[in-house]
Amino acid sequence: MHEMSIAQSLLDIIKEEMAKNDAKVLRTVRLHIGQLTAIVPESLSFCFEVMTAGTELEGAKLIMEIIPLVGHCQSCDRDFQIENYAFACPYCQSTDIKTVSGEELSIVEMEVE
Amino acid sequence: MKVSVVKNILEANERIAQQNRALFDEKGLTVMNLMSSPGAGKTILLEKTIDALKDQLRVGVIEGDIQSSQDAERIASKGIPVVQINTGGACHLDGNMIRDTFGEFDFDSLDLLVVENVGNLVCPAEFKVGEDFKAMILSVTEGDDKPSKYPLMFHESSVLLINKIDLLPYVDCSVEKIKEESLKINPQITIFEISCKTGEGLDKWFKWLKQFVEHRKASFSGNA
Repeated sequence: MHEMSIAQSLLDIIKEEMAKNDAKVLRTVRLHIGQLTAIVPESLSFCFEVMTAGTELEGAKLIMEIIPLVGHCQSCDRDFQIENYAFACPYCQSTDIKTVSGEELSIVEMEVE
Repeated sequence: MKVSVVKNILEANERIAQQNRALFDEKGLTVMNLMSSPGAGKTILLEKTIDALKDQLRVGVIEGDIQSSQDAERIASKGIPVVQINTGGACHLDGNMIRDTFGEFDFDSLDLLVVENVGNLVCPAEFKVGEDFKAMILSVTEGDDKPSKYPLMFHESSVLLINKIDLLPYVDCSVEKIKEESLKINPQITIFEISCKTGEGLDKWFKWLKQFVEHRKASFSGNA
């Protein structure tokens, strides 16, 4: 249940960005959640809802996009989707893999008024 | 109006973790973040490690628990500097909690600082504290399906200690399967098979840890 800490960090960023943009109303917040992160989207939505209830941010919605795990093979220079968390290249079997996406936990866009 | 933001949500924690790390670097101090489920054997591993290495390494410990100071008392009885953090419900330690303990330690007189995280196989993996490496324990009584169920923890850890191997005759758990699955998720992970009860396999771990701390210190002096 670390979604509560994450919701708090998210709120801090949202408030900072709203102040910067002189925004008063928050409609939606778009997030990218990597497949490898241990985040439960429903739980994060619930925590966000609880924390914004009764505040000026009440009613704002989180839109979460799950980002698939993609690796880049350092040996044969190809990208591939990592299935079943197997960090090995399906083309050349090398285990020298760089993670391209799937580890992110980011806020990407806010709709404000 | 749409506002493009693009920020890591955990950025604030990661910034603090980096500042912690910079201080540890300055002191040439090795910091290990030790994680596992509750009851896998973190504190007993620490006790055994301190007993074996205390004449060779100066060790300090941060104990993270939701409640109680039992673990800190166990460590303090060994004459080791220890600080207990009670998270009061939070399921993990973060960079800020670690920073708050800094006044309690004399880092110049330490070689190794161990952060014993809150017992939990999920959340601690997500929060950096400024460590050099993460080590995790999986005990054989937990079952060999854990790597595929908790991939982030196995992916983030540099070291996996498979504990309680003395109980293997009594449980349906394949060490080979744990190793195979863990290496699939993290091909670079270093694995030790140990029993903190009988002492089996611990010597290899002590040796590895001591070498790591010495290399870290040497690379620090080299850069200074």
